[in-house]
Amino acid sequence: MIVTKQLRKSFGNHEVLKGIDQHIRQGEKVVVIGPSGSGKSTFLRCLNLLEEPTGGEIWFEGVNITDRHNDINKMRRKMGMVFQQFNLFPHLTVTENITLAPIKLKKLPEEAAKERALELLRRIGLEEKASAYPNQLSGGQKQRIAIVRALAMDPDVMLFDEPTSALDPEMVGEVLELMRELAREGMTMVVVTHEMGFAREVANRVLFIDDGIVKEENEPGAFFDQPKDPRLQEFLSKVL
Amino acid sequence: MIFEKLLSVYEAFYNAIVPERRYLAYINGLKITLVISLFAVLLGVAIGVVVAVVKVCGAHTRSSLMRFPAKLCDIYIAVIRGTPLMVQLLIIYNLIFTSRNTNPILVGTVCFGINSGAYVAEIVRAGINAVDIGQMEAGRSLGFPWLQTMWYIILPQAIKNILPALGNEFITLVKETSVASVIAVNDLTKNAQYIGSRTWDLIPPLLIAAAIYLVIVVLLSRLLGAFERRLAKGDRH
Repeated sequence: MIVTKQLRKSFGNHEVLKGIDQHIRQGEKVVVIGPSGSGKSTFLRCLNLLEEPTGGEIWFEGVNITDRHNDINKMRRKMGMVFQQFNLFPHLTVTENITLAPIKLKKLPEEAAKERALELLRRIGLEEKASAYPNQLSGGQKQRIAIVRALAMDPDVMLFDEPTSALDPEMVGEVLELMRELAREGMTMVVVTHEMGFAREVANRVLFIDDGIVKEENEPGAFFDQPKDPRLQEFLSKVL
Repeated sequence: MIFEKLLSVYEAFYNAIVPERRYLAYINGLKITLVISLFAVLLGVAIGVVVAVVKVCGAHTRSSLMRFPAKLCDIYIAVIRGTPLMVQLLIIYNLIFTSRNTNPILVGTVCFGINSGAYVAEIVRAGINAVDIGQMEAGRSLGFPWLQTMWYIILPQAIKNILPALGNEFITLVKETSVASVIAVNDLTKNAQYIGSRTWDLIPPLLIAAAIYLVIVVLLSRLLGAFERRLAKGDRH
């Protein structure tokens, strides 16, 4: 579904990604971990070109999205993204946050979009917040609504950039629970996170990115119990 | 003695207002001043928003195709802010609108609008830059093109940052339109001068004009203050 070929990204003289080859398959849940500054967030943000790669290729559903002739805006509609800082639109109500893109981009009639938004809100138990503004919500509620906003576009893949890192500890659970639910439903997911428990439980495959390359990848059991790379052993000994 | 002085002051102001229904000249002048200000500010905002968006776009792109218009906007702002308003007005009036039947009010409006646009552009640009970068990323990640993200997501949030400064710009503009009298626009200032020339006493009509400007500006400030407080209410968490 997503293929990266020798993906490279530099900021000025500093090379953050040094050639990453990955193949993310339909329905797969890939969790990316690594120390801060390792390039894991940059890798994720390259997948929908929020960061423009400086080398290599990214293919999404058979289309080379790094080729400038292909319309990235069209491709992004199929790639939902969830941010560490939620990035809800503060000037719009919860419903408007969710319906803006479907109405403007998919030309969905307003009524249908609203109905869909309410349905999604009911699913996460926040339908009474439909006409609230983001600043009236808790962090956990904001992030769940940000996830729903991305889902409203019916994406084929969801990208999560440290979705629980900005949350108070007691709110992490509700967001992870929603992500687990998505995973059970078969959504293709790429998740950058520090939640090792989530990685072990949900991932099909865990990547360890360090110093701009994938140092180790494996299914979660072997990844956490028999790490081979010395940097990964060191990293896991610190975080587990 | 003092009574006579007061009487002569009273007479001077009476002469500046009542005979030949001179008060109508102030009212008509004020109307023209307000019309020029209002349309100039609308034109200024329109120019300012476009210039600001072009400049922000130019700052965030690597393609030289988009940087060229941004450079033009830089030049526009540098020229407008670097030359006196009165000179701009005279040049536009004498050079560009040379035809005999030009409407000086229209010329004034266009000139003040173009002038104001340069200042508004910088205000709007600062307002746009104050919106969190994550908002642009969120919009783009949903599939919105850059310009649509700007229109639906960034600009509505930037307005809150922009309005106070924009209000000040409007107040400045109301006062600056007095310069329009040099191109034969019968605005408040020009009419006051005209009355002064009829009564052989310039000071009373000019004081009256000054008082009218002051009242308008104070009213506008109050209005803006109330408006800002209402906007701020929606901000509280």
